[in-house]
Amino acid sequence: MITYLAKRLGIAAVTLVLASLVVFAVLEIVPGDPARLMLGMNASDAQVEQLRDQMGLNAPLIERYLHWVGGLLSLDFGRSYTYSVPVIDLVLERIVVSLPLALIALALSTAIAIPVGLYSASRRGAAGDAVAMGAAQLGVAIPNFWFALMLVYLFAVWLRWVPAGGFPGWGAGVWPALKSLLLPAIALALPQAAILARVTRSALIEVLNEDYIRTARAKGMPYRAVLWRHALRNALIPVVTIMGLQFAFLLAGTIIIENVFYLPGLGRLVFQAITQRDLIVVESVVMLLVATVIAVNLVVDLTYAIVDPRLRSRS
Amino acid sequence: MKSFKSFLAASVLTLAFGTAAFAARTDLVIGIPLEPPHLDPTAGAAAAIDEVLYANVFEGLTRIGPNGEVLPDLAESWTISDDGKVYTFKLHTGVKFHDGSDFNANDVKFSLDRARADDSVNAQKGLFAAIDTVEAVDPATVKVTLKNPQGSFLYNMGWGDAVMVAPETAETNKEKPIGTGPFKFDSWAKGSSIKLVKADGYWGDPIFLDKAEFRIVPDAAAAVPALLSGDVQAFPFFQPDGVSQIEGDPRFKVVVGSTEGETLLSINNKKPPFDQLKVRQAISYALDRKAIIDGASAGLGTPIGSHQSPASKAYIDLTGVYPHDVAKAKELLKEAGLENGFKATLKLPPPSYARLGGEIIASQLREVGINLEIIPVEWAQWLDQVFKQKDYDLTIVSHTEPNDIDIYSRKDYYFNYDNPAFDKVIADLNLTSDEAKRNELLGEAQKILANDAVVGFLFELPKVGVWDAKLEGMWDNAPIQANDLTKVKWAE
Repeated sequence: MITYLAKRLGIAAVTLVLASLVVFAVLEIVPGDPARLMLGMNASDAQVEQLRDQMGLNAPLIERYLHWVGGLLSLDFGRSYTYSVPVIDLVLERIVVSLPLALIALALSTAIAIPVGLYSASRRGAAGDAVAMGAAQLGVAIPNFWFALMLVYLFAVWLRWVPAGGFPGWGAGVWPALKSLLLPAIALALPQAAILARVTRSALIEVLNEDYIRTARAKGMPYRAVLWRHALRNALIPVVTIMGLQFAFLLAGTIIIENVFYLPGLGRLVFQAITQRDLIVVESVVMLLVATVIAVNLVVDLTYAIVDPRLRSRS
Repeated sequence: MKSFKSFLAASVLTLAFGTAAFAARTDLVIGIPLEPPHLDPTAGAAAAIDEVLYANVFEGLTRIGPNGEVLPDLAESWTISDDGKVYTFKLHTGVKFHDGSDFNANDVKFSLDRARADDSVNAQKGLFAAIDTVEAVDPATVKVTLKNPQGSFLYNMGWGDAVMVAPETAETNKEKPIGTGPFKFDSWAKGSSIKLVKADGYWGDPIFLDKAEFRIVPDAAAAVPALLSGDVQAFPFFQPDGVSQIEGDPRFKVVVGSTEGETLLSINNKKPPFDQLKVRQAISYALDRKAIIDGASAGLGTPIGSHQSPASKAYIDLTGVYPHDVAKAKELLKEAGLENGFKATLKLPPPSYARLGGEIIASQLREVGINLEIIPVEWAQWLDQVFKQKDYDLTIVSHTEPNDIDIYSRKDYYFNYDNPAFDKVIADLNLTSDEAKRNELLGEAQKILANDAVVGFLFELPKVGVWDAKLEGMWDNAPIQANDLTKVKWAE
């Protein structure tokens, strides 16, 4: 178990270093000057140079890379070019939106997908299975921004149960804040649930054909108990893998949904920073996301070990 | 039946007593598409900064009114010396900054000197280029001496980039703006909204709103439900293509006004074959403005034939210089030795007028044998490649700065246009302050640009505002990019 863990951690560290190099290099190559962008079309070149100096953009490449990585190691993410506030403040402001949103969406998607997958697998080929999988197919196919807009028209414009978008902040109270995250969470969760339900179903069907399931049934164990205790547990590895990938996606890949609901989340921060060439924000947030994805994968790997005791003993 | 009667009675009672106690609303949520990068109008070009702060939080010596006129603001009056070089401003007294400190002539001197200093990062530093000295004569009098007479000086002082700031707070205005306006800054939830509240003890006319929130709604598709649900009550700058969903709904007003945005098919005048007048004229003949306006601005733009807003007094209609004429365009290309046509690139920045207009223009130019390769670019790329390095053939962009015809005389500007006759007119214009004479010179300048077919003049960008029908006092036009809320109120 210790070597298993050590190996995973080593891989994670190497990945982080490589990622920092790639992120830095890519943003150096991308055309566009943050200083010119801030000063616009009427400013002279001399003035732009002046601002570049003030922003520290004229320092040599290596110096800037080392300065940035050094900052990251001491948890100093630098200051945003455009907002001129510490990047860490921006990230913290956004993460209190993105993280709860991702968690609610993940919880919703799991709560829908696992029962549906179980139901479909246990009634494979029956009418109920066909309906459930048909719905899942639809859920994968519908573009989530369209689905989001339909939700807005129904629940915000017509019924007026929830606001059409925006985020009042947690300072406005837990319920108003949760209310504004509800529709985006549903819009995010349904396509994810559809994928997860299909994965759960196929993993379960495979397991249900195994000998030990027949044995469990033969010894007189009730079908329900076999399904939950033996089949589901053994089918969990692919399901957990997909969930891990989905969580990473939900944390950062939600730019479209954040736009439709004009939520101040991490995805929009990165998007905005890219268009404004706020390179320091892009670099730092991307690194943070890389670190999160690596951490989630690490957790997933550890979950394998919990779910599947063979992985523990092998190492 | 009885219950219905009592319901009716109750309603009548509520109405009778309710209206008396029911004061007009004093809060407003305004949707803006882009978040300002910071809140200091004197340190950035982003229009979103002025859209929140101009006239609301910050004020200048003069200000630009709803129809583009110059009005007194912190300066209640001024005198101009006979040689046109010395402006003496009389300031309002009793004006306070939102942090409680007094506004006086020293703040004016500080603000103007800061904006024109060597290390200034004011995005419109050119506005202050004519200033020689600024002198605080007494607390309520400022004397500005110019190097040469400048006809547009009072107008220049009305820009958002020329607002008055205090020395103590100038450096922190980006995060916590302190001005002299009727609203003071309350809070900024980044990525979400900026809140202003009524300032106490404002020196000028009282305002009607107690609270104003600017909510950032970046997605055009999200703006419609935000209005319909009542979350946002006004979008002063609405995407033209969303109008059809709101039009005809009596709860909302759709107001189409003018802007200072000349939308151009910019041409690299030094790059062959565009260095030939005949080629540029051929392009102008090939353009069908009506089709472009229909496609790129939902039919709401106003055609232009040169670089001046149709809302301006100096405007002359030159759309007839090169009417849509495909045969004429082909003939001119033939004369230029390009009867087989040629290939070129068209770089398009993100706004929808550019992306939609680009497709239409490419098909119109294809008809006369010019094959365009469309290259979509981001703003940052556009500024770098097109604007700075001038690495382009054609591009579409709206020049939204007011009264900016002088850009064609700037050396090294991205049009690469160089005409001493035009430069002479602009130089004369700079030295002229008499309005009739200025308009005459402006007319001359417009004619030169139109005849030279410097760029393809397309249309004046429309300002499409959508707001609650009960809202009064919003600006119909956008002579500058601003959302002046000082006269906005809810009808009873």
